[in-house]
Amino acid sequence: MIPAAFDYVRAGSAAEAISLIGEHGDEAKFLAGGHSLLPLMKLRLAQPSVLVDIGRITDLSYIRDADDHVAIGALTRHMDVELSPLLRAEVPLLAHAAGHVGDPQVRHRGTIGGSIAHADPASDLPATTLALGATYVVQGPGGRREIAAGDFYAGFLTSTMAPDEMLTEIRIPKMDGAGWSFQKFNRRAQDWAIVGVAAWRRDGHSGVALVNMGSVPILAASVSAALAGGASIEDAAEQAVAEADPQADLNASVEYRTHLAKVLVRRALVEAAG
Amino acid sequence: MEISVIVNGVTHTGDVEPRTLLVQYIREHLGLTGTNVGCDTSSCGACSLHLDGEAVKSCTILAVQADGHEITTIEGLAAPDGTLHPMQQAFMENHGLQCGYCTPGMVMAATSLLTENPHPTEREVRIGLEGNLCRCTGYHNIVKSVLAAAGDPA
Repeated sequence: MIPAAFDYVRAGSAAEAISLIGEHGDEAKFLAGGHSLLPLMKLRLAQPSVLVDIGRITDLSYIRDADDHVAIGALTRHMDVELSPLLRAEVPLLAHAAGHVGDPQVRHRGTIGGSIAHADPASDLPATTLALGATYVVQGPGGRREIAAGDFYAGFLTSTMAPDEMLTEIRIPKMDGAGWSFQKFNRRAQDWAIVGVAAWRRDGHSGVALVNMGSVPILAASVSAALAGGASIEDAAEQAVAEADPQADLNASVEYRTHLAKVLVRRALVEAAG
Repeated sequence: MEISVIVNGVTHTGDVEPRTLLVQYIREHLGLTGTNVGCDTSSCGACSLHLDGEAVKSCTILAVQADGHEITTIEGLAAPDGTLHPMQQAFMENHGLQCGYCTPGMVMAATSLLTENPHPTEREVRIGLEGNLCRCTGYHNIVKSVLAAAGDPA
């Protein structure tokens, strides 16, 4: 399968990329690792007329200690997130989840920024960064702004970024020794999750987010509220789908997904409790 | 657009349409047909080759993205005198293939795995090859081959 024809331009910096995307308007797309975009283009589900290749902007690939959080450049590959000693120490939930994206070949190419900007509710990292209370930094013609992960996902494959804005950095609060768990239930090793759960707990606080339980990644705030109010893990897990809006597909009915989400949230909370 | 890539140690320069997939460039422009196309949807791993030493799925990379980079395909693994790479030898000795269609991708993924983890456990081999599908062998002898190549026979 070959994509429809397009013009290809390379950006050497974020500023150049934003200027190029501005020149070409709605028909242009950013290309990073390409592991979400190219499959869609091969199926002709996406037919951008211009690709702005940002994959060579090497100064957007980094993982830095920034006091209370870790700053990750948008073009950092999944494999580098997975293996980062800093993330393994300070944000182990994210490093672990990155190691479950796709397969090794995909993780050698795919980037954390690409996965988040693509805003697929079935992807692992949007929900994981949502659970962790991440902030995304986006850059546009007018400068940089910060978007809380909870305000970023607007709908299926849609974010609140403007078309001429580019995601440049992901900021994740350090976990300070919180217990955590990542549950990914799928039929075959490399599949997307039928349902997934990213969760952490520390001193009465918690964050729980669901993969593939709606048109956007879902923050299960009712679970955290129940735990904060002293509910047992079993009772809190019953709240798993309060914010969710699961859809049926070839893999699972709504009822099955609902059941699975409760089971996986319970398992995640048990594991995160240590 | 003109691109220049080093494939199996040889520099190739040529014009490609931007939509040319890397696997298409390798097979149709360079005539290196050892890299197979299986699912064409980045699931099966038959098209795996090394980009700067790491296994990638060449059906999901544009040739223009590989511009300036170094590629190794299955044809580039054996020594110039024909001596097989230890991974190829291990697949042969352990019957790590039946029809052989997945084999180039398996071997490229397995050599990349051993670069990152020279002595994997059996479980690590299975997880490390999760991006490669085989419909003949049930994976048993493939895993055995990789462990043998790592010097840790099962």
